[in-house]
Amino acid sequence: MTRFEPAGYRTHNDEQGRVIVVLTGHWTLRGIEGRASALSSRLREYARTSDKVVWDGREIQSLDNMGALVLWRLQGFMRPGAVEVRPEHAALYERWSRHEAPAGDVRPPRIEPLQALLSMARGVWSHMLDFTALLGQIVLDSGRLLGRPSRIPWKDISATIYEAGVRALGITALVGALVGIVMSYLSALELQAFGAQSFIVNILGLSVLRELGPLLAAILVAGRSGSAMAAELGVMRLTEELDALSAMGISQTVRLILPKIVALAIALPLLVVWTDAIGLLGGMVAAHITLGISIPSFIHTIPSVVPVVNFVLGIVKGVVFGVVIALIACHFGLRIKPNTQSLGVETTNAVVTAITAVIFVDAVFAIAFRGVGLP
Amino acid sequence: MTADTVIAMEHVSTRFGDHTVHEDIDLRVVRGEILGLVGGSGSGKTTLVREMIGLDQPSAGHVSLFGEPLDRIDAEALAALRNRCGVLFQGGALFSALTVFENVAFPLQEYRVIEHALIRDLVYMKLRQVGLDPGVATRLPAELSGGMVKRVALARALALEPELLFLDEPTSGLDPVTAQAFVHHLQGLHRELRFTAVVITHDLDLMHDLCTALAILADHRIVAQGTPAEVAASGHPFVTAMFSGERGRRVFGAMAP
Repeated sequence: MTRFEPAGYRTHNDEQGRVIVVLTGHWTLRGIEGRASALSSRLREYARTSDKVVWDGREIQSLDNMGALVLWRLQGFMRPGAVEVRPEHAALYERWSRHEAPAGDVRPPRIEPLQALLSMARGVWSHMLDFTALLGQIVLDSGRLLGRPSRIPWKDISATIYEAGVRALGITALVGALVGIVMSYLSALELQAFGAQSFIVNILGLSVLRELGPLLAAILVAGRSGSAMAAELGVMRLTEELDALSAMGISQTVRLILPKIVALAIALPLLVVWTDAIGLLGGMVAAHITLGISIPSFIHTIPSVVPVVNFVLGIVKGVVFGVVIALIACHFGLRIKPNTQSLGVETTNAVVTAITAVIFVDAVFAIAFRGVGLP
Repeated sequence: MTADTVIAMEHVSTRFGDHTVHEDIDLRVVRGEILGLVGGSGSGKTTLVREMIGLDQPSAGHVSLFGEPLDRIDAEALAALRNRCGVLFQGGALFSALTVFENVAFPLQEYRVIEHALIRDLVYMKLRQVGLDPGVATRLPAELSGGMVKRVALARALALEPELLFLDEPTSGLDPVTAQAFVHHLQGLHRELRFTAVVITHDLDLMHDLCTALAILADHRIVAQGTPAEVAASGHPFVTAMFSGERGRRVFGAMAP
């Protein structure tokens, strides 16, 4: 096999003083590679310096659209039909003479700041519209379902409880225990300085039951199930499964969204109880090690120092968090357009928004119930 | 091996666990021919093609592409070989986040063509070559019809001026008129660009109009290979069923046994 000769040229003068430019090698994509502008600017130099240039393309070994285009673009600098090419290459070369790329650029126009602001406002508005429509649809469909309880998708609800609740037991336990231990160690140091070791029970009980348990469980579920729910709906849009469902006359809200909301409203408060228990356990063990408080006495003291309303408040928060996470995940999931980029963007948005919303709702709770259950 | 052999498969076997897909397959694709790879659903046509490009490794046997053995090749050389191939995937496999223009321009940009004006001209030329209106250039793949997706995918497969083209069911899912036009386009392109092609197909019209050679995959083997007339005369039950069925007779007429 002969060596691959890249696109090139050589020049010589003939007896009449003309410059002959002989094009050689493979004038193809592979033969030219990244040298298109370098080649054409050097060739253009010949065209400009002398009006007696003869272009000889008969030694071109192979020519493709790319090579023909590079030569064709030199055309403006030479006489028409000035390049002599082999007959088998002529068709390719001539084709560019008939070709016209449409004017105007395909790249999107630059976006002005004011326009950016406007489109952002429009985006927020469309989110609000969509979210309201989703809420309305859910209310309507729930009303209809209450009339016909046999239509309630129990299977989907229980499957989602398993997926979002049971399978999250491990991670919530791990995080709950670790945070309990951290809280216990940190407060133990301070309390020892004041000689108020026994108050560790108050601190741990109140913070874990009222704040940390619900918040940790909700944030973990928002990350785990929020992304899964949004991506599931998005892929169903990509594969036209959503359309298939609608075409069968089955409501998307009833079969896909309602089960997720109900399931999280059930699973998340249960996860809160679980996270509370494991968090307290971690704290108790750490308190036993650092302060020597025995575990039975810790358990005995909790009910008397932490009002039970804190525990109930945590569970109520769990229900609200569950509904909020499922609603936001479904809202973003349904907004996914059928392309891969949108899938990534909206799934990320779903998780970020769900976690932010959980913390926001938590703050609302903290303010609204500031007089309840606190010493 | 002659210099004209583009793809050579020797004693290729493929097994997925206990399931045998191919058994001792020998196949040769010669420069300039359009080989129709025909076989029932699940007979491993797509797997065979994936092995030809080196996307999958056969369980046994050797594949060589442009005379280079694929089982003893480094990654860089394999990438260079693949640059000489164009693949039209069954579903189009267009990048869904990119516009039609960006999809066709993508391989060019990867190939270090940097001049925007050159890319523009080449992309619009490719789009015209496959019979698409320049107006579709700004659309996203999700906004195209099935036939347009196939055309854009073909334009993308042709972007690097491949010597070897793999077409996985190019006309499936197209209406007869569009399919006919698509085959017509391929014929024109083949005349002009003189590429070699391997076409997976169930479409009898396409086999008749486009393919210069056929290879029939049945019972894990290539049971017949040659020109459509030779294949029709081979007498294998699958071939007989295909060519002398009602549709086969209509398309192939007297050629059917």
